[in-house]
Amino acid sequence: MACVNSDGTLSPSGRALVAALEGNSATAEEVAGATGLALFRVRAGLRELVHANLVTVEGDLYRAAAKPTEAPDRADASRPGAR
Amino acid sequence: METSSNGTTGGARLPRLNEPAPDFEATTTHGVIRLADYAGGWLVLFSHPADFTPVCTTEFLAFAAIHPELQRRHTELLGLSIDSVTSHIAWVRNIEEKTGVAIPFPIIADLDRAVATAYGMVMPGESTTETSRCVFVIDPIGRVRAMIYYPLTTGRNTEEIVRLVDALQMADARQVATPANWRPGDKVIIPTPATLEVAAERMSEEYASHTEGFERVDWYLCTKSVEAV
Repeated sequence: MACVNSDGTLSPSGRALVAALEGNSATAEEVAGATGLALFRVRAGLRELVHANLVTVEGDLYRAAAKPTEAPDRADASRPGAR
Repeated sequence: METSSNGTTGGARLPRLNEPAPDFEATTTHGVIRLADYAGGWLVLFSHPADFTPVCTTEFLAFAAIHPELQRRHTELLGLSIDSVTSHIAWVRNIEEKTGVAIPFPIIADLDRAVATAYGMVMPGESTTETSRCVFVIDPIGRVRAMIYYPLTTGRNTEEIVRLVDALQMADARQVATPANWRPGDKVIIPTPATLEVAAERMSEEYASHTEGFERVDWYLCTKSVEAV
């Protein structure tokens, strides 16, 4: 996996792609320009991130998926051993 | 694997010039990549026999050296061999450790030979377990524009691959052909006349006076100067 590791965490390029799409929509070409990654890597990475539900796509515009509305602290507190 | 007279290998038709490049989705050192990920740009897809072998290592150093040159030409490199992605990672890390040269392009781990078979990269007369030294130049709309096959014993000339990309891009941009050993900046060949009328025009002084850098050997061999692509 280039962007999403087998444990579900993001690789450096995965984090860069998601960061480039937080709060705005962009085409793969625009993301490539913003991140400095080659276009083929951006296209492959975005496909992977869409598959992992971390990015959404409408037409040729990509956007970081909305984060869960539940506060992370509350979510963590509900898991045994989280604190 | 048998190759039939009509250019098929194991039932798959081999690539031909100016026809669509065989599609693929493959595991690489940069993740899963599809041919379509390169749409809109040029791609040099090449195979090597095996990781951790001497000629291949010299070739990878040479491919890494031309990578910036190719990028300036909107051209990406994509390697391939019948090795695992773990082997590829170990090899490129070893190359960097021993030589200081990072390999910047992805390498397909074609363990099931799907891509090698589709592109006819295995030459059973040489080896049934390794890919030969093949190069496919694929244009922005996914057509195979050039193919080079070298044997296992002989490392490729990567400067020729850059020159080939230059010549193909010039041909597309200016609708011309390029002569033997052409380099950017050299004169290009005006396409051969297809009719008597155009052949006669090509011999006229008016045509010569309106064509930058025009030189004529005869009606079928004329060259001119063109702007760089």
